[in-house]
Amino acid sequence: MTEFLQHVVNGVSLGTIYALIALGYTMVYGVLKLINFAHGDVYMVAAFSGFYIATGLGVRDDPTVGKAVAVFLGSMVVAGALGWAIERFAYRPLRNRPRLATLITAIGVSFLLEYGFQLPSLQAQGRSLEEVLRGWGWTVPGWFDALVTALPSTFPPGPTPRFFPEPFTRVDWTVLGGVHISNYDVVSFLVAFAFMLGLQWIVYRTRFGMAMRAVSFDPRVAGLMGIPVNRVISTTFVLGSVLAAVAALLVAGSRPRIDPIMGLMPGLKAFVAAVFGGIGNVPGAMLGGLVLGLAEEMVAGYTVSSFRDGIAFAILILVLLVRPEGLLGRVTVEKV
Amino acid sequence: MERARLVLRSVAPFLVALPVLWFVQGSLASYTSFVAINIAVNVILAVSLNVVNGFTGQFSIGHAAFMAVGAYTAALVTTGLESLAIPGVPAAVSGQAVFLVALAVGMLAASVAGLVVGIPTLRLRGDYLAIVTLGFGEIIRVIIENTRVLGQATGISGLPACTNVVWAGMGVVLTVVMARRLLQSTQGRALLAIREDEVAAEAMGVDTVGWKVRAFVISAAFAGLAGALLVHKIQLVTPRMFTFVKSMEVVVMVVLGGMGSITGSIVAAAVLTIALETLQAADQYRMVIFSMLLIVLMLTRPSGLFGTREIWDVLPRWRRRRAPGEAP
Repeated sequence: MTEFLQHVVNGVSLGTIYALIALGYTMVYGVLKLINFAHGDVYMVAAFSGFYIATGLGVRDDPTVGKAVAVFLGSMVVAGALGWAIERFAYRPLRNRPRLATLITAIGVSFLLEYGFQLPSLQAQGRSLEEVLRGWGWTVPGWFDALVTALPSTFPPGPTPRFFPEPFTRVDWTVLGGVHISNYDVVSFLVAFAFMLGLQWIVYRTRFGMAMRAVSFDPRVAGLMGIPVNRVISTTFVLGSVLAAVAALLVAGSRPRIDPIMGLMPGLKAFVAAVFGGIGNVPGAMLGGLVLGLAEEMVAGYTVSSFRDGIAFAILILVLLVRPEGLLGRVTVEKV
Repeated sequence: MERARLVLRSVAPFLVALPVLWFVQGSLASYTSFVAINIAVNVILAVSLNVVNGFTGQFSIGHAAFMAVGAYTAALVTTGLESLAIPGVPAAVSGQAVFLVALAVGMLAASVAGLVVGIPTLRLRGDYLAIVTLGFGEIIRVIIENTRVLGQATGISGLPACTNVVWAGMGVVLTVVMARRLLQSTQGRALLAIREDEVAAEAMGVDTVGWKVRAFVISAAFAGLAGALLVHKIQLVTPRMFTFVKSMEVVVMVVLGGMGSITGSIVAAAVLTIALETLQAADQYRMVIFSMLLIVLMLTRPSGLFGTREIWDVLPRWRRRRAPGEAP
């Protein structure tokens, strides 16, 4: 029983993360009918910007609550800006083209972020460029050398993992006769829950939420009714990216290893969660995330732990076979 | 008469290619023939992916996974049957016969994998295929790395060096003839109809799911062939050879050449292979360049360099011969 409860605790803590990321997928799919492949990479960029901000503020030596909040807000801003830029420059120009074109661009953006972050740092790249030029017998002018020295030596981070500094000291409690729960689990659950409630409020109780649901229902009619469709879509991307940033920081707090492809697997799994709950459906994404987190934890706990990554795809195949519209989704008929 | 002409059109390329390839093989230096085989493998991959991504308008990004299935299956066959000699036949000939069996089994295994992935996924809209094939690539890698028979992360080494220019060239001919004959057939028209408008195609009585699955299975089988050919040239098969990077390479070839253009895929595959071969030093920039190429291409010229046209539609001197309005 204790073991089971422990798995429930771990599963819920993992599931809230998936739910937060899945919300980004599901909202974007709702308004654009596009699988935003780059969403998992926004999550990765958010983790790295949190890392850079935390390093700049010196969180490792002297963690305070104020600094933790600053890291949180800073990386939410960066992720939001990135989400906005991706939509504005990569997706919007293709809005009226066949959907395949946007899908390919989305994959391109995703790989650009993943592999761009794996490049050696800008300074190292400048140095190797100088080497090449010298090899051709050119002399490198002094100003160029100064410019290269001024370039950041830690960005892009390269393929080796970094370790996220602890924002506050970890405290483990033992409750119910043997179930371990840490303050990280509690904080992460509360923060995730607060953000999900906030989103629920935005989508169902505000004017913007109503506009978003209208665009999701039919963008052309929504436009004719005077809804600024472009602005609604941009804001949706920003909202989704901010939630991905929250998820990234909550993960980085308790599992501090971050690397440029850290977004790939959570991104795919969160997509599965979104499909499971019914893609385009906000409560569905939360439910799907929780179920997926629990399922993964149970499978890893009671069978072989290397099946962990497989369960998400097994669920996906099963959902696609049995109930493609997802748990809470409505059956839609494709019309001309 | 008509039937004979069609049969000839399918068979003639093989009859012409065999002696030509035989002759060419003798005159190539070993490095040139290595590059030539590389090009051939990539052409097979690009043309076969074009069947799904170009003709049918679906989007698969896990071609390398099917390549891996074909490569590993063929490798198991050749290593397992290496000692087996068919009685009364010289060793060289029996080795070639075993290789032929290995290629066929590899294609079969890859097409079964394609069927397993395709049936649940292709009942839905195209977007799902992209994400499922992406996931499938990951799963295949995990399975291989955890299976002792497949050599886990180190893979299987010491495969017989069966692939030569003739085998690779015949593979290309087989793939291109398949794609071209498919495109001109009733079945090919069904695929094109699905690409242009799935709802309308369904309304016209095209079994959309069935044809999508068939196209996907064909494409997977030829990916398996390419994988089997490649590993019997470098005599080694490891899971690292079939990552996303490889899948993306093929996607870039298809998109660059034009989705739906066979000659476009061939040209793009050849150019890209040679470019990658000469730019070995810039290896770490490869994926960055690919992804930027994809984005820029989609923003500026979303149908690729040739679009759905073939190369002779683009060359002006040849175009004049074609009556205006004639279907390509």
